[in-house]
Amino acid sequence: MNNVVEVSDLRVVRGKREVLHDLDFSVRAGEVTGLLGPSGCGKTTLMRALVGVQAKVTGTVTVHGEPAGSPSLRSRIGYVTQASSVYDDLTVTENLRFFAKVLGAPASSVTSAIETVDLVSHADQVVRDLSGGQRSRVSLAAALLGSPSLLVLDEPTVGLDPVLREQLWGTFRSLAEEGAAVIVSSHVMDEADRCDRLLLMREGAILADGSPVEIKQKAGADDIEHAFLTLVKEAAR
Amino acid sequence: MSLRRTLAVAGRVLAQIRRDHRTLVMLVVLPTLLMTLLWWMYEESPAPIFDQIGPALLAIFPFIVMFLVTSVTTLRERSSGTLERLLAMPLGKGDFLLGYALAFGLLAAVQSGVAVGVSVGLLGLEIAGSVALLVVVAIVDAVLGTALGLLVSAFATTEFQAVQFMPAIVVPQILLCGLLVPRDSLPGVLEAISDLLPLSYAVDAMTHLVTSSDTGDVWTDLAVVGGFVVAGLGLGAATLRRRTP
Repeated sequence: MNNVVEVSDLRVVRGKREVLHDLDFSVRAGEVTGLLGPSGCGKTTLMRALVGVQAKVTGTVTVHGEPAGSPSLRSRIGYVTQASSVYDDLTVTENLRFFAKVLGAPASSVTSAIETVDLVSHADQVVRDLSGGQRSRVSLAAALLGSPSLLVLDEPTVGLDPVLREQLWGTFRSLAEEGAAVIVSSHVMDEADRCDRLLLMREGAILADGSPVEIKQKAGADDIEHAFLTLVKEAAR
Repeated sequence: MSLRRTLAVAGRVLAQIRRDHRTLVMLVVLPTLLMTLLWWMYEESPAPIFDQIGPALLAIFPFIVMFLVTSVTTLRERSSGTLERLLAMPLGKGDFLLGYALAFGLLAAVQSGVAVGVSVGLLGLEIAGSVALLVVVAIVDAVLGTALGLLVSAFATTEFQAVQFMPAIVVPQILLCGLLVPRDSLPGVLEAISDLLPLSYAVDAMTHLVTSSDTGDVWTDLAVVGGFVVAGLGLGAATLRRRTP
């Protein structure tokens, strides 16, 4: 048993609507788990519940055996929101130094995080002057500080150039190989094959849970996009 | 709570302000310019009006400026998602609030130091008490503005709302603080209300300093303002939610 995250009967209500319905799944260390589904299906809410910043959560969500959001977990989870949540008026290095201090991570982790997201040449630039893709990499770098054992990344590769996307998936892979559990959400189905395991989501429920190969076999489809469509049709029946 | 994290927040806020030159200049210079304007208005008046209302304004200006700057900055932190990131990290709510109070308190010290220095040194504001204590009172007033600004930013979801809190929270306090009508001449109900408002004590402290060299009353007023600061920060911490809908 190497489950970092365990979720059972998870429901989340936002406003008057239930947006996640009775989810059950677990996430293992050493794997890249892809959370795939169309936009609006509840991926972000689910990730927020794992990190422990979502209100009105019922059911059980544990990380390393402790309830999500426990104080002891805060330095062990790296979380990247969809919008790049960094300070626009500070440089890349200033941003990361600040977050490193909050986390109690060594100053050396700032340099290595900047290298990982390939921003060395922009390290002293103010974030406001960076492109959208560069900004989201700053945000990603902040989540890598302090070597978290669980990384929750909300659409980290959206809008990035293919070369960089390839590099980042390589980074996610090596973080997983070092023993972290990595959860990456995406609404782009063609990123599915880069994951060890997939959770396909639609309308607040999990449609399929397994390796890309398993899911494709089960649906009798050649790619995840078609598998998704087949599973939706089957579920509607 | 940890000192390292509190200082990290304060350092970061100061680094942000340092980069925003226009804000920095306005923070330091504006109250002094307004004091100068006031001095000029009454330059030809035979009555010592500048000496009468100058001290109250030395209390009010840093309060207003810090209230506005803090409520907008904190709101920006909420809407940019950085607050959510910080609260998902091992950062105490107290670290966050005290970090802000520390950074803006430091700015307030510079701001008030310049305003008091110019008022007393160049504009001839006469005070019976100690000039150093006048600066301390002005700093505590500014920190009061910061504490209230942090608190109201929790109730504002847009910058428009945050700015509207200024007429809602700040202006009534200015009207009732004794600047326009001595507090004991106000109708009973209003006098009772003014007794509950923090700015009244801030202005009282300033007035005591000007009229008497006895500092006992000043310290009492300062303690009351300090109490409001602590209460404001405490309530502010209570309104910071790690879990949001």
